[in-house]
This record gives sequence, structure tokens and C-alpha cells, in this order.
Amino acid sequence: MADLPPPVQGPTAKEKKYDRQLRLWGATGQMALESSHILLINSGPGVVGVETLKNLVLPGIGNFTIQDSAVVSEADLGVNFFLEEEHLGGFRAEHTCNLLKELNPDVQGSFITEPVESWLTQPDSLKPYTLILATAPIRPEILARLSAHAGASLIPIFYIHSVGFYSHFSIHLPPAFPIVDTHPDSETTSDLRLLKPWPELIQFAKEKTNALDTMAADDHGHIPYIAILLYHLEEWKKDHEGQVPQNYKEKTEFRTIVSKAARTNNPEGGEENYDEAVAAVLKSLNPPEPASAVKEIFKTPECVLVSRDSSSFWVIAHAIGLFYTKYGVLPVPGSVPDMKARSADYIQLQNVYKSKARKDVVEVLESVRFLERTADRKDPIDEKDVEAFCKNAAHIKLVRGRPFHVVQASETIEWGERAKSIAQNLTFPDSLVPLYIAFLAFDEFVATHDKDALGGAPKMPGETDAETDAEKVTGIAFKIADDLIKEAGTFVEEPDYSDLKTRTGEFVQELVRAGGAELHNIAALTGGLVSQEIIKAITEQYIPVDNTCVFDGVRSKTEVIRV
Amino acid sequence: MAEAIIPNLPTNLEGPRARWKYLDNILGRRGPFTDVDWVPGAAIIESLERAKLLVIGAGGLGCEILKNLALSGFKDIHVIDMDTIDVSNLNRQFLFRHADVGKYKAEVAAKFVEKRVKGVKITPYCGKIQDKDEEYYKQFAMIVCGLDSIEARRWINATLVGMVDENDEDSLKPLIDGGTEGFKGQARVILPTMTSCIECQLDMHAPRAAVPLCTLATIPRQPQHCIEWAHIIAWDEERKEITLDTDDPEHITWLFQKALKRAQEFNIPGVTYSMTQGVVKNIIPAIASTNAIVAASCCNEAFKIATSTNPFLGVPETDNYMMYTGDESVYTYTFQHMKKSDCPVCGEDNLSRPLQVDPNSTLQEFLDGLAERPEAQLKKPSIRSEQKSLYYQSPASLEEQTRPNLTKKLNELLENGEEVVISDPAFPTQFRYQLTFKG
Repeated sequence: MADLPPPVQGPTAKEKKYDRQLRLWGATGQMALESSHILLINSGPGVVGVETLKNLVLPGIGNFTIQDSAVVSEADLGVNFFLEEEHLGGFRAEHTCNLLKELNPDVQGSFITEPVESWLTQPDSLKPYTLILATAPIRPEILARLSAHAGASLIPIFYIHSVGFYSHFSIHLPPAFPIVDTHPDSETTSDLRLLKPWPELIQFAKEKTNALDTMAADDHGHIPYIAILLYHLEEWKKDHEGQVPQNYKEKTEFRTIVSKAARTNNPEGGEENYDEAVAAVLKSLNPPEPASAVKEIFKTPECVLVSRDSSSFWVIAHAIGLFYTKYGVLPVPGSVPDMKARSADYIQLQNVYKSKARKDVVEVLESVRFLERTADRKDPIDEKDVEAFCKNAAHIKLVRGRPFHVVQASETIEWGERAKSIAQNLTFPDSLVPLYIAFLAFDEFVATHDKDALGGAPKMPGETDAETDAEKVTGIAFKIADDLIKEAGTFVEEPDYSDLKTRTGEFVQELVRAGGAELHNIAALTGGLVSQEIIKAITEQYIPVDNTCVFDGVRSKTEVIRV
Repeated sequence: MAEAIIPNLPTNLEGPRARWKYLDNILGRRGPFTDVDWVPGAAIIESLERAKLLVIGAGGLGCEILKNLALSGFKDIHVIDMDTIDVSNLNRQFLFRHADVGKYKAEVAAKFVEKRVKGVKITPYCGKIQDKDEEYYKQFAMIVCGLDSIEARRWINATLVGMVDENDEDSLKPLIDGGTEGFKGQARVILPTMTSCIECQLDMHAPRAAVPLCTLATIPRQPQHCIEWAHIIAWDEERKEITLDTDDPEHITWLFQKALKRAQEFNIPGVTYSMTQGVVKNIIPAIASTNAIVAASCCNEAFKIATSTNPFLGVPETDNYMMYTGDESVYTYTFQHMKKSDCPVCGEDNLSRPLQVDPNSTLQEFLDGLAERPEAQLKKPSIRSEQKSLYYQSPASLEEQTRPNLTKKLNELLENGEEVVISDPAFPTQFRYQLTFKG
């Protein structure tokens, strides 16, 4: 053991506990989770919000608060896992909070039992929270107030339904929600620039393919495929007026040339590195053009006009936009996929890419520093952030958060610029837009019905008389669908229109059948989805739902709709 | 049209069903998709309470499944798991606390859910599914799996297919299976012999291609290559007398340091302790949210099957598989996976599958390749041809006798187009291939 380096520091207790998630969102994601404070405004059977919190307490969010004025009843014990018999008659917020806290001693939890109406009138009542979760049923004026607060203070708000076999959630993110760390699929990330090689890369390829024909078998079988492709590209250009393969036909032709260049006079009857080269032709010989969504980001007002208060995202995006304008490409990401090669050759190739990536980062960083000076920004942006941005520049994402529908009694629901696309989606036989409409109709019913005449808790359809309520809600849903079609300025022809009505009617009936009840399975599944989206919103990693998701537990299908 | 609650169902807040008020809205009312012959109410509740369910696995999915089934109104649940609780389970396996580390998962989980949900009986078994026989599996109405091992899934699948007796409808046990990896997962329902089985779907979960030994030994390029070298080669060379325990921090530290040193020799950056652990233990990232989604989907199907309150996945000729992806927005793909007529487990006549082979490759190479073939994934295969025994893993005498065949070329052992039968101790089935020579 003498030749080994000194013993290492093993993982900390926290790293051990969170090992399986740190492999996904890393230490920075974990830090973001730990500094968040989530508010749940709970109501109805009250399960989906608690199940959501469960999935956030376990991975270690910093803080949560449950607002719920309900008292624990027998019915709660049949559907909520975070209540016990001895809690009957106590406050649901208090006991669910305590049992959730048991899951993770690192998490702080608190509760508010004051009715939401009066609690919200207190000044700054919403101030401590970094994210709000509201569950249906909720009075529209309350939901509108929460939504307005979230909009004004730029924090995310989620609105959730879990009713019988169906569920829905909408997310209202800030108007500009940019993500750098989108975790793209590793297969989509390799950007080798074979059509725009720089001098060092060309030099590498020349070196490795020197005297190709007389090369010893073992050397020939270990040429990195990138060098093989670059060599044949040069050869091709000689015969094609300096042009690289332009279209599918030429690329397949090129592929045949590469394939034929492999030596077959060996026991294996071929060469692995040439197989790799052949397999890479179609996906690697594309001009390194950024996706249109990325180019759009460079043109957004926030990116064009960087100011003193701009977030670091926009400063870096602006700098990369300049880089793109100058060179017509994004900075080189710098990673190289594994390939058949000798260790030293591979490391050398890796370094060719890394040096180029480093050079690009330095150039972007210079622009960033210049922008910081001219905009008179205070704290310099961390170089590491610039580096990470450059590495993933092709996969950055901008989500434009927008408010969700708050259904007010007897007000027509507006779809705005989304009307046309959603109205079109409405008529697809598998569309879950009719289910979303059923939920809107559910909300309108809630907005206009009370449990008792005294204006107490809102009443959900089907609580007592499923048949009558189903008729009412169906009527509301049909009107919402008709209004949508009208706003879109289209017309749905028969038999599509009747079919749409049948599907909407079925969704409403199944929804009303539940009488506002939560099924634990659907609440748990939806709590899984919502917690996942909350993790994305807090860590600013991965790509969140934009902006509404519905789940059909009868057919086990989801659909994401931008409303 | 939806019907009002039927009169004979107790709806008062004091009665014995007060706790199940919400559930009873669904159990007591027809919906637009319920069968015309379906009668809501008492009989459905009784069959739900009588159904005996088996849950395989009490880990990330298992904890969720037990909670969900108990709160779906099931009363008699059994659970099998051979594992004990590790500290790295605590970020998602919410029935366990720090003080439970080291105890059996099945026992702790069963006790916890019984305490929380009054009236449910959960019977744990701490051991392997292979310890139990058909008699045992026969007692259950259905089986819900939350496993992380393909082998265990294939074993229970083959066992349940083998149990089906055409003359006894009670012998058909629906198998509901969930699986997760990071932000992805799937839930599927199998009606053994009637719909596509786990073996039919094996190619949906292709194994990762192994790195060739010569890369590890001579030309490492990635930090993972250095770790695999330490794991597969260096340990055997230097610490042969010690059995590698991937849960022992000293062992992981040794492998890490070995790998690090090798990486330095080759100028390969990136070897870390965490990566060493990940590669050596084949760690799959796991989070509470994905487990919640997949487990709840499985239990939703179990509930629908037991109560007929809505159509379920797996009805023959309909969707039986839900694929879930959550890293880029939320995406599900729900479809019908088709039964394979040449499936070695549930295919009608266990036809042999055609397979092209290189006649110059050795028997050893061929057998190694089987581990990576998506539809086979066999780790300890034994093989015989129509004429003779080619290689047997056991008994020892037969192994010794057939071992010389491993280095022989296929064209020395077989005729072109000959059928071979392959078996593996992990599976109660045989795999048949018809081998044709390439070129």
C-alpha cells in the first residue's frame, strides 16, 4: 500500500444520505433546495399538497409551512397518510406538519391554522415564502390574490386539482425563467465541429492519419474516428470543389467511402474505429447551427438591453450572442465522446477540444467583463458560471412564465394568443384539453356554490347529488368549450363537434362522480409530478412543465398544455 | 349518466365506513366508463377487502406501494424483501428512520404502515422470492412489483406464467410492475399468458454495453475505465484472498485510490470517490418524486383491477405499458406492447429464435455476448446443441468436462443452422436459438 496516495476523506453523512439525488442535481441544486421555503395553502380532502411536501421533505428542502384551518375528521384517516387516529379533532395543519417533519430532521416545518381569508389580510403574510402551492377547492378571490403576489414578487406558484381519477396542475413561473443546466440527453450533446475544424484539430487529424496506407495494423486500428472522418473530409473536398458532403445522398456516399477504407484482412474482418466513424457520419456531419429557440434568446429584450440589474444569465447570454454574431457558431462545449483509441491519443484529442473550449470561454468572459463595466454592475459574475454556460450554450432554455386561469363566477374564460392552438388541439380524439376544460368548469361550480348558506367552505360538484351537479358542470364545460372555439375564430364541424361534446361530458361525469374526493393513488401520483416540477423550479435545472399538466388516471396518460 | 350514491351504502360520518367516505364515492357510484354490468356498492367493497395482495420489494417503490395499497382500502397485504436498510435509502424510503438502519426493510415497512393505517394487515417476509414456491404465490389475487433487479422480475414473471392452468381461472395472477431510474420510469400490467410478459418486453431495457477487457487492461481513456480496472483486474491481482464488499468503505477507498493512481499514469482526469462508488455498485440515481409517480400508477391499476371502478391497463388488446419521462417537462407514452410469439417464457410453442453468429468466434465469446443481448441478458448460461452438451456451469464434474469447448470455435462445435438450448440458473425457462453462420 506504500505506493498509494494518503487516505481520502470519504463522503460526509449528508452526502451519504442524499447520494442518490446528488447524482442528479449536484451540490448547487441541493443548496438551492435547502434555502427554499414552501407554502402550502391546503383545502378539501387535503392529500395532494401533503404528498407533494413529502417528496420535498425527503430530499431536504429547507423549510415548509402548511396553512390549513380544517380539523381532522374520520374521512382524513382513510386518505391521508400523515395523520393518525389520536389526531381526530385536532388541526390538520399541525399534525400533518409534525408527521412530515419526522421524515427528515434537517427540514424545518411550521403551520398556520387561521382561516386563509383572514390570514391573508395581515401585512406581509406571504413574504417569507419562495414558492407557493395552492390546492383546489379554493375561492377565486383568494387564488387571484396569491397569483398576483407571486407575479409581483417573481416567485413560482402552483395550482393543483386532484379529484377522483383525474388531476391537474398549472405553474405560474416568473415572466423570464431561464435555465442553463437543462441536463440534455448525453446523445444529443456531442458537438464535434467536424465541418468547422480549427487549426489544432486539423493538425491533430493530419498527425494521426499520416502515412495511412503503410501504417502498421495495430496503429491503423487505433486511429480515433474523429481523425478518420476529418481525413476523408479533406479527401472528399479535393474532389468536390472544396465542398463537404451537402445532403443525405452525399453523406451516404461519403459513408461508403469511409466504410471501404477499413482494413478487413485481419481476424476480426474489420476495424472497430472505422465502424465508429461510419456510425458517426450522419449525425456528426451537420453544420453546428444553434437551435432556433437558442437564437431567439439572443434577440429577447432582456438579452439585448443588459442593465445594472440584469441577472447574470442575461449578461452571459448577451456575451455569447456577440460571440455567435462574430463567428456564426456557439462556443465549443469541449467534451469528446469515448472512442476506440490509444490512451495518449485520446487524451491529446480531448485536450485539443478542451483548449479550444477554454479559448472560447476566455473570449466570452472578456465580453462579460466589458458588459459589467459599461452597465456598472456591482458583483462580478463567477467565471465558473460563464464556463458552465458556454459548455451548455446549445441547450439553454427560456421559459416565459404566465398566469394560469383563475375562474371567476360568471366571467368568460379568456385564452388570448393560445386560443387558436388549443382550440385545434381540442378536437384531437386523444386530447386531454377537454379534461382541462372539465376542471375549469369544476372551478366555476366551486366559485358559485357554498357548503351552507353562510358562505362557509366552498362546495364541490357531486358532494351530495352527483347527477344534478354533473348536468350543471357539463353545461358550464360546454360553454367554456364554445367560448374557446369562438375566441379562436374557428368552427368545429360535425361529427367532430358532437364527438368533442361526448368526450367533455364523459370527463365531467367521471370528475363529478368523485364528489370532490381525492383517491390516494391519484393524489400520490400528482404529488410526485408537482414535487418534481418544484425541484426544477427551485434548482433551475432540467426543463419544467410550461405551464399546465393534466393526468387521466382512467387511461393512465398525461398531457402538457400551454394555456 | 352518473348515478347518485346507492341507498344501502352507509354514508353517515359515524359508521364503520366513515373513514372511507372519499373512496366510497367511487366504489358507490357508476361512472361513464364502468361496465354496464358493474354494480357499485357493498359487493365491490367486500371484494376489495378480501383481496390478498403480494408486494415484491420494500424499497423506494415498495414503501410507496404499501402506503398506497393500504389507503386504497386493501386489507390483506404481504411483502417480500431480502434487504436491510442503508443510510442512502433515507432520501426516499419514507417508512424508515435513521434508527432503523441495518434492520430488515420488509419488517420495518410492514409495521409502520400497520400502525398508520388502522385495520390493514401486512405480513412481511425477509428473504428471496426464490425461497417461495407456486403454492405460496397461488394465494394472492395479484402481485405488485417494485424491484430494481431485472433478474428478480424475470423470475417472478416466468413463475407466474408457468402457474397458469387453462382450466382454473384462479391460477392467473395479474402482475403489475414498476421501475424507475432518475427522472424516468415505467408502470406495466401483465396478465400472464394473455398479454405481453416481462420477457417479451426485455428489449425495452437493454443492458449497458460492457467496456472490452482489453480497453481496461491496456488503453483506458475514461475515469470509469480506471475504476473498472481497479474493480475487475487490480483487486483480483492484489487482494484475491479478500472478498470484495462494495458496502465496505475501506474496500471502496482502496479501489478509488488504485483507480486514481492509474488515471494519473494515463493523464485521465475525473476519478472521484463518488464516481468509484457509482461504477462499482452500479448505482442508479433515485428520487422520491419518480418513485411516487410510478408506484401510484401501479397501485391505481391494482385498485381498478380489484374493483372494476374503471378500465385498467392490460386488458387484452388495449394499452398495457406506461412509459414516464420527467426531466424535460412531463411526458408519458401509454401503449400496447405486443406479445411475442417466440417469447421463451410465454410464446405458444417456444420456437427457437434465429441468430446470426460469426463461425470463427469461440463458444466463450458467444456466451459472453448473451449477457449483452437485450432479449437474453443471461449471466451464467449453460448450453447444449441437438447432439451434445457444449458447456455446463454445474455440476462441477460436467463443468470441467465441457470447459475445453469454451475456447473452440463455433464451427468446430456446430453445424450451420443447428439449434441450441440455453438455460440459466436464474430463470425457470430455456432459451432456444437457431444459429446460422455469417458470411
